[in-house]
Amino acid sequence: MTSYADYTTGEPVADTKAPAGPINERWDKRRFEAKLVNPANRRKQTVIVVGTGLAGGSAGATLAEQGYRVVQFCYQDSPRRAHSIAAQGGINAAKNYRNDGDSVHRLFYDTVKGGDFRSRESNVHRLAQISVEIIDQCVAQGVPFAREYGGLLDTRSFGGVQVSRTFYARGQTGQQLLLGAYQALSRQIAAGNVEMHPRTEMLDLIVVDGRARGIVARDLITGKIDTYFADAVVLASGGYGNVFYLSTNAMNSNATAVWRAHRRGAYFANPCFTQIHPTCIPRTGDHQSKLTLMSESLRNDGRIWVPKAKGDTRPPNQIPEDERDYYLERIYPSFGNLVPRDIASRAAKNVCDEGRGVGPGGQGVYLDFADAIKRMGRGKVEERYGNLFDMYERITAENPYEVPMRIYPAVHYTMGGLWVDYDLQTTIPGLFAVGEANFSDHGANRLGASALMQGLADGYFVLPATINDYLARHPHKDEVGADHPVVQEVLAETEDRLNLLLAVDGDRTPDSFHRELGELLWEFCGMARTDSGLRKALERIPQIREEFWRRIKVPGTGEEFNQSLEKANRIVDYLELAELMCLDALHRSESCGGHFREESQTPDGEAARKDDEFGYAAAWEFTGTGEAPTLHKEDLVFEYVHPTQRSYA
Amino acid sequence: MARTVWDSTVGKKTVMAVSGLIMLLYLVAHMIGNLKIYFGAGEFNHYAHWLRTVGEPFMHYEWTLWLIRVVLVVAVVAHAVCAYQLSRRDLKARPTKYVHTRPRASYATRTMRWGGVILGLFIVWHVLDLTTGTVHSGGFQEGHPYQNVVDTFSTWYGDVIYIVAMLALGLHIRHGFWSAAQTLGAGSRTRDRALKTVANVLATLLTAGFIAVPVGVMTGVVS
Amino acid sequence: MKLTLRVWRQKNAGAEGTMSTYEVDGISPDMSFLEMLDVLNEQLILSGEDPVAFDHDCREGICGACSLVINGDAHGPERTTTCQLHMRSFKDGDTIDVEPWRAAAFPVVKDLVVDRSAFDRIIQAGGYITAPTGSAPEAHATPVPKPDADFAFEHAECIGCGACVAACPNGAAMLFTSAKVNHLNVLPQGAPERETRVLDMVAQMDEEGFGGCTLTGECATACPKGIPLVSITSMNKEWLRATRRAAKR
Repeated sequence: MTSYADYTTGEPVADTKAPAGPINERWDKRRFEAKLVNPANRRKQTVIVVGTGLAGGSAGATLAEQGYRVVQFCYQDSPRRAHSIAAQGGINAAKNYRNDGDSVHRLFYDTVKGGDFRSRESNVHRLAQISVEIIDQCVAQGVPFAREYGGLLDTRSFGGVQVSRTFYARGQTGQQLLLGAYQALSRQIAAGNVEMHPRTEMLDLIVVDGRARGIVARDLITGKIDTYFADAVVLASGGYGNVFYLSTNAMNSNATAVWRAHRRGAYFANPCFTQIHPTCIPRTGDHQSKLTLMSESLRNDGRIWVPKAKGDTRPPNQIPEDERDYYLERIYPSFGNLVPRDIASRAAKNVCDEGRGVGPGGQGVYLDFADAIKRMGRGKVEERYGNLFDMYERITAENPYEVPMRIYPAVHYTMGGLWVDYDLQTTIPGLFAVGEANFSDHGANRLGASALMQGLADGYFVLPATINDYLARHPHKDEVGADHPVVQEVLAETEDRLNLLLAVDGDRTPDSFHRELGELLWEFCGMARTDSGLRKALERIPQIREEFWRRIKVPGTGEEFNQSLEKANRIVDYLELAELMCLDALHRSESCGGHFREESQTPDGEAARKDDEFGYAAAWEFTGTGEAPTLHKEDLVFEYVHPTQRSYA
Repeated sequence: MARTVWDSTVGKKTVMAVSGLIMLLYLVAHMIGNLKIYFGAGEFNHYAHWLRTVGEPFMHYEWTLWLIRVVLVVAVVAHAVCAYQLSRRDLKARPTKYVHTRPRASYATRTMRWGGVILGLFIVWHVLDLTTGTVHSGGFQEGHPYQNVVDTFSTWYGDVIYIVAMLALGLHIRHGFWSAAQTLGAGSRTRDRALKTVANVLATLLTAGFIAVPVGVMTGVVS
Repeated sequence: MKLTLRVWRQKNAGAEGTMSTYEVDGISPDMSFLEMLDVLNEQLILSGEDPVAFDHDCREGICGACSLVINGDAHGPERTTTCQLHMRSFKDGDTIDVEPWRAAAFPVVKDLVVDRSAFDRIIQAGGYITAPTGSAPEAHATPVPKPDADFAFEHAECIGCGACVAACPNGAAMLFTSAKVNHLNVLPQGAPERETRVLDMVAQMDEEGFGGCTLTGECATACPKGIPLVSITSMNKEWLRATRRAAKR
């Protein structure tokens, strides 16, 4: 196999669904223009939903409420375990309950700016509009948001935003929202409107006559590979952060659904836009299997510092004040410790690269609450952050009330994903992508507490409105069944792939390959990227892939519960996706949001965008494993928020 | 409603709680009555006779007593049937034991089932011994409970059976009273300590009060 | 650290299972229990053996997937989930027994993996508020007193891991069921379905073959999220109330 650091540029791609006209009227207009399916006919239409997180769970429940027949899948043993459950901080909504100047337009503005001008205005504005309805919906479902003594909802400011628009349920907002969606879904399962397949993993997409008509999925308990058919397929399978091996994603979160869809013709947009979250617990050694995030809210009161001197190994409490470098406060005096995630992460990397990192391997910085405890007392700190402090202590066996926490950035979220239009439809008609699986709303960097908002907006409100239009315009008269030649072919390909994995019988475990790939990506396609580094990675990845197919060892058979086989099959896709990420990162020789190219920075070391050259979303078309993909550019037009260089100094 | 209650594990527990509390109420009265033995044969026998005439002239002779007996029998049977059915269900719900075992829950909690069986057997013996006299050790005399009691507790096995049963009763009440309160929804975080204290006090008082009788006979205070 | 592990191995639901003994070496006290099992599995794969199957996903104590009984305790000696248990809780040279959740309603799928779909069916029976998307009133239309909101939250924290069932000598699911009943029943939004919810969920719980509650308190001791035992009391109260009301109708 050859390495590719090359690509061809194809026709531009454009969103044709967003109506023209004033931005605040577009969503209404689109909903009015969208055709509807007669309620009596909905029962006859089947929609497959893959994933049961915030986006998938809410989409499945809502589509079933509307009368569609929903067939839903998740690899977990229960739809309640999707990784949305781990989101801590909160969910944004432009309710302006605080009367602090918030509005739909401000949330829209903040999100476009926070995304470093690499998102689509129409989509982001709709997200801000819908944010308001999400809170109403969740409260009606019984989501126990934090409340004030008057019984009204409490909000807080989050992630460097100057208004308090983040609704939260202690440190478990994701859990509570997910359980709300899960419960709504459960109601539909009980009513017989949703056919739920837990412990069933999508392995391929069935495209017949250019339209998505079903999926191939494997029952993880029996190993049986089956086909499922529908009039439309919705992917809500989450992000691909696990390509890095170490990330804050769940162990089994994976990219197979989106990557297989990509291989079948769906464009993959901005794969290099990954978010590295600044406040995670540092790794302790090679055994590390995943990283744990601690809510960004810690930066509201904690102060981040490293020793001024290189290689200072004194315990933190013995380092005098004047020998500490509170580097964020020093470099960004107005935002201080509250700069956006990408900036905080990169600054941590820089001080560690200088040799001033703390803890094992020098991969950490201090997050110190000594001043906060002095200022507001230990009780108050405990009240605000008690559960996070407990979590930290459980993992590290260090008491953060006495010793400063150590934190280090970790891969957390992927802004890239399947390219979708305003209707959330991919380039394969009938295939939709919602939540983190699509690329739509966050541009090059996601703001805190916006992932939950987007997942629920897509699932509860956007998709259920737009999918009607597709289903109404394209009623499928023909039945696609298991005996269709295309279906047979896809099924055979899937079976062959798994059989091949089992047949190699080499001498390396799936994890060893995953770890190797992850380390490579972290080094060259992590917080800071360079032309030469990315080229190195692009050279190395095909070699790992070749070695993988020669040396992989998967014990057992395919006809049983086989977690090694599941893992190995996911790595097959990571090995291709990683290549596309590096290529995308290489071609985008500007810095923007989470994508920092060392060649493109301002004199004071900030990310320098090149709007003229890269003011587009890069949508990649698959042409074959190891083949040069085709780039389709979607030009981004900014009518309302005019691109400026972000400044947080 | 009866159907809902009887078909549900929570309902059966409610039946157990209510019947248990009825029996507990009876036991308190029974114990107080028993202690009259310390005031001599006259007072004790008079009390026993009064039990038969209580409620007169509204009630006929022994009607009240029989009413109580019927309520008690219903309570005992309901309590036992529910306990049996729930236990069978519980054992079925956990068919495989852990290889690595460790003591679980408190002693009183763990001994509820066997304690219940012991108490059931004891009640049978107790009725046959001192109510009907069928298995009485001496010459059972109808209408002379004082002497009958002294006879029973003059045998070593009479003392052993009774004291063991009363210790089992104490343990049973200790968990049972608190448990019944939870089943009936009367427990709460703030009330928990109080409920546990009441359960302990009740258990201790009843056990001590009942055991005082054989102890009195054994030490010769009652003869 | 060097450890001896005795692990329950069972090929599939129908197969007989047994405890197998393994040695693992080079275990760091900073490893989580599951990372220690990862080490074991890497060894097993390379030596051509079948690795130990166990459920796990988020590894940060919130998804509720992990489910091991360690030395007789659900989730092991600390009050947390298995994934948040660290090897510093053990000593060099220890022998550790690892078993799956045991309950008739949670049949073993393979090794340490069990089927907890009974929990999903309990939720499907009534563990929701009927609020179809789009029908919601303005969020501030109904204030919820803070104590009620806090009470709801405390119960909503349940992660559905099943440790309560695993720890209960009767294999009862009362703590799980009560957590959801209490979460929804205390809220004004949950009031219209207050009675049917508790009656249907308890009926489903019985239907699934869980045991009855003898208030041993093992469930609350094992619960990684600290759902209190009194949660069961509150559900009993709700159940009695609903039964009385249903009788009146």
